[in-house]
Amino acid sequence: MDTVNSDAPRPVLEGPDIERVLTRIAHEIVERAKGADDVVLLGIPTRGVFLARRLAARLEQITGRAMPVGSLDITMYRDDLRMRPARALARTEIPGDGIEDRLVVLVDDVLFAGRTIRAALDALGDIGRPRAVQLAVLVDRGHRELPIRADYVGKNLPTSLREAVKVQLSEEDGRDAVLLGLRQTAPAGEQ
Amino acid sequence: MKRHLISAADLTRDDAVLILDTAEEMARVADRPIKKLPTLRGRTVVNLFFEDSTRTRISFEAAAKRLSADVINFSAKGSSVSKGESLKDTALTLEAMGADAVVIRHGASGAPYRLATSGWIDGAVVNAGDGTHEHPTQALLDAFTMRRRLVGADAGTGRDLDGRRITIVGDVLHSRVARSNVHLLHTLGAEVTLVAPPTLVPIGVEQWPCEVSYDRDSVLPKSDAVMMLRVQRERMNAAFFPTEREYSRRYGLDGDRMARMPEHAIVMHPGPMNRGMEITAQVADSDRCTAVEQVANGVSTRMAVLYLLLGGNESAISPTPARTEESK
Amino acid sequence: MSETTKILLRGAKVLGGEPQDVLIDGETVAEVGSGLSAEGATVVEAEGKILLPGLVDLHTHLREPGREDSETVLTGTKAAAVGGFTAVHAMANTFPVADTAGVVEQVWRLGKESGYCDVQPVGAVTVGLEGKQLAELGAMHDSAAGVKVFSDDGKCVDDAVIMRRALEYVKAFDGVVAQHAQEPRLTEGAQMNEGIVSSELGLGGWPAVAEESIIARDVLLAAHVGSRVHICHLSTAGSVEIVRWAKSKGWNVTAEVTPHHLLLTDELVRTYNPVYKVNPPLRTEADVMALREALADGTIDCVATDHAPHPHEDKDCEWAAAAMGMVGLETALSVVQQTMVDTGLLDWAGVADRMSFRPAAIGRLEGHGRPVSAGEPANLTLVDPAYRGAVDPSGFASRSRNTPYEGRELPGRVTHTWLRGRATVVDGNLA
Repeated sequence: MDTVNSDAPRPVLEGPDIERVLTRIAHEIVERAKGADDVVLLGIPTRGVFLARRLAARLEQITGRAMPVGSLDITMYRDDLRMRPARALARTEIPGDGIEDRLVVLVDDVLFAGRTIRAALDALGDIGRPRAVQLAVLVDRGHRELPIRADYVGKNLPTSLREAVKVQLSEEDGRDAVLLGLRQTAPAGEQ
Repeated sequence: MKRHLISAADLTRDDAVLILDTAEEMARVADRPIKKLPTLRGRTVVNLFFEDSTRTRISFEAAAKRLSADVINFSAKGSSVSKGESLKDTALTLEAMGADAVVIRHGASGAPYRLATSGWIDGAVVNAGDGTHEHPTQALLDAFTMRRRLVGADAGTGRDLDGRRITIVGDVLHSRVARSNVHLLHTLGAEVTLVAPPTLVPIGVEQWPCEVSYDRDSVLPKSDAVMMLRVQRERMNAAFFPTEREYSRRYGLDGDRMARMPEHAIVMHPGPMNRGMEITAQVADSDRCTAVEQVANGVSTRMAVLYLLLGGNESAISPTPARTEESK
Repeated sequence: MSETTKILLRGAKVLGGEPQDVLIDGETVAEVGSGLSAEGATVVEAEGKILLPGLVDLHTHLREPGREDSETVLTGTKAAAVGGFTAVHAMANTFPVADTAGVVEQVWRLGKESGYCDVQPVGAVTVGLEGKQLAELGAMHDSAAGVKVFSDDGKCVDDAVIMRRALEYVKAFDGVVAQHAQEPRLTEGAQMNEGIVSSELGLGGWPAVAEESIIARDVLLAAHVGSRVHICHLSTAGSVEIVRWAKSKGWNVTAEVTPHHLLLTDELVRTYNPVYKVNPPLRTEADVMALREALADGTIDCVATDHAPHPHEDKDCEWAAAAMGMVGLETALSVVQQTMVDTGLLDWAGVADRMSFRPAAIGRLEGHGRPVSAGEPANLTLVDPAYRGAVDPSGFASRSRNTPYEGRELPGRVTHTWLRGRATVVDGNLA
């Protein structure tokens, strides 16, 4: 019999879609940030870092200037540390000129409960005092648990809590895609 | 599942590399304007010191405080067994105070293992040096220092010390630092050689994963790092060696000898140094000597250990294996 | 305790031989044979069980006087009876030290009053076990206690001249000096056997040579002065070699081994559990094997428990702070069965020899260590060799619980013990 497995994750964005979305976000950043000359991009590991680098490359093309890009690990600022085993840390790499009085654009793959971004804001506060902080995400899947919103969204993706959103990027996963499937375990997987 | 750090021998290669990688991230925190992380807020770390060791205690204290843990310093020296307060009673007191981790320094080998396995307390036990047994966080900070210097701070991430030749010189018999280093460095793929007068090498060393030499000068030119152990002058009275002068001449490190080491090789010392005994001032003050760096790295390494033991609902380090009760 | 009366043991394997009936009448064995009449006798069905002469321990710490918190003569002799012993030698390291006629008589009287097991006090060799001045060995011998074994056990008589004099002096009354062989300088700060395990654990090493050098010296001294020396708790393969050599010379040297040195090794110290802390320390597998072999071939004359009770708090602590010693009376025969009988090294007649005949002979102890035959004192031990069970210290008759065998399954159990015809243990329980 020929059946379709409805549980198998299905792509909602493919490689070219992601390229297009990132290009759009880059343009939006330039527009909103009035030329983006004080922008610092900080990706949240793991995939946010790759997205930040891709955005930086586009911004450099658009503006013709080098774009400071780094990473911000939020593990030690998480509010759910005691709910899971201790995790390995990822690299925090702040560009040489720092973030003092700059416009920091945080970059992450999926915006979900908002707790990662809260942790990121706390982490930022320990590093310096930016002029302003904005947020760019590839996918906003809703279900916020904190008063947080994104400034730049690649795709708004209405989901149910039973579903899981998985972002794949070639740097880590060998291909670019955003997959929507059923959650395998309890919530709090991705944010 | 209990989570402790009792012996460097209990760490797998992956555990050890994870700790070093985590320490590398912790080291970066030290460069920030705000050197504090909220990670262990609400956790209580007790420094339980049955022996004086201000250096180790403040290192653990700084590490715990940078992670926002509450720190209680419990100096049990003087209230030790001879005065009637047993390790057990002290442990029960700490348990009642709700210690999430107990960092213990004790003159008796095995005291941390007893504390961790006797059921006296629930918290994690971190061995901060027990008798002449082990001092695992010292070995970790030494390995961290070696990896940074010999492999590179960034290049070293995720890597071990494969093939590096490490020489440990001095009073191996009484050294918990040497024991922990031999285990850890071996686990990390380094080749370890112990150099000491035969009186200061333990019977049974032939089963250790290392080489033993009585000839410092033949080993130095082949070493990537040379670790000089502190030699206590009172050992002389127990006839371990004839005189300070002879020890220093045969097993000390001076400028001439340092010059015969490979150019990239470093000199390490766990401190406190006996200048003029195992190490001359010229060597101690040279930029090849990492003694001061080791102190700074100690805080990062201990932050990493505390984070990995306490920064979750279970440890990221493999649990301490229960030692066999059977005799074969 | 049951009244002395007629008891018929039916079908017991006397010293492990063919099943026979044994009739006890009053304080003595009346008859050994088959098909004996049960008339007027309490019958004990002994089918499948081994009948041994009552066991004799040359090396027991009863702790009284002075450390009644860990053991008393009464609790210690109860433990002895449960273990199948009908006589124990009470070591002299009490408080006060048993170095005068007064103290040894006190211990001897307490033993008489206990009624569970004969207590033969051991006298100290030197005043206060200090190793400096000979104690009144003759007075202790002449006392009601009739001391014939002298030992500073717990401490070594390390002064060669004192040792020589003691060996010479006891010749006057056929005494024997039992040496705790431990060269004191070589064992300063010693915590465990010196070897691979001590090197890893960072515990002070207790070299085999510290024992062997004293034994070598003392067998030479005994030969030189023509006296008897007994070596306590021999623990190393090297010690075995020296004793074997001394015996080959025809010198009057005897030696004992403890049950724990026949079974346990220093690998156990890796747990840092002080229940394994003992003097002399647990040694290596090679030593254990050499000791078994030596006990089998008679180089080692006997098994002695070195029963050393300690209160819980002296073991519930870090290794270095813990007391040395293990209780052993109630598990000795089981350990010997496991290590010597079940391995085929020794038969039950051999066990009778090593745990009753020879220790009684070394101690010149009358009425014990006798054959199981008509007319002999009815000091007897009935053993069920098929029994298997885990050691449960909570059921010990001893006041202390510091056994290294807790939870360990050991074979064999003493079901009955008779002291001069009176049952002290019936069906495994104190009578």
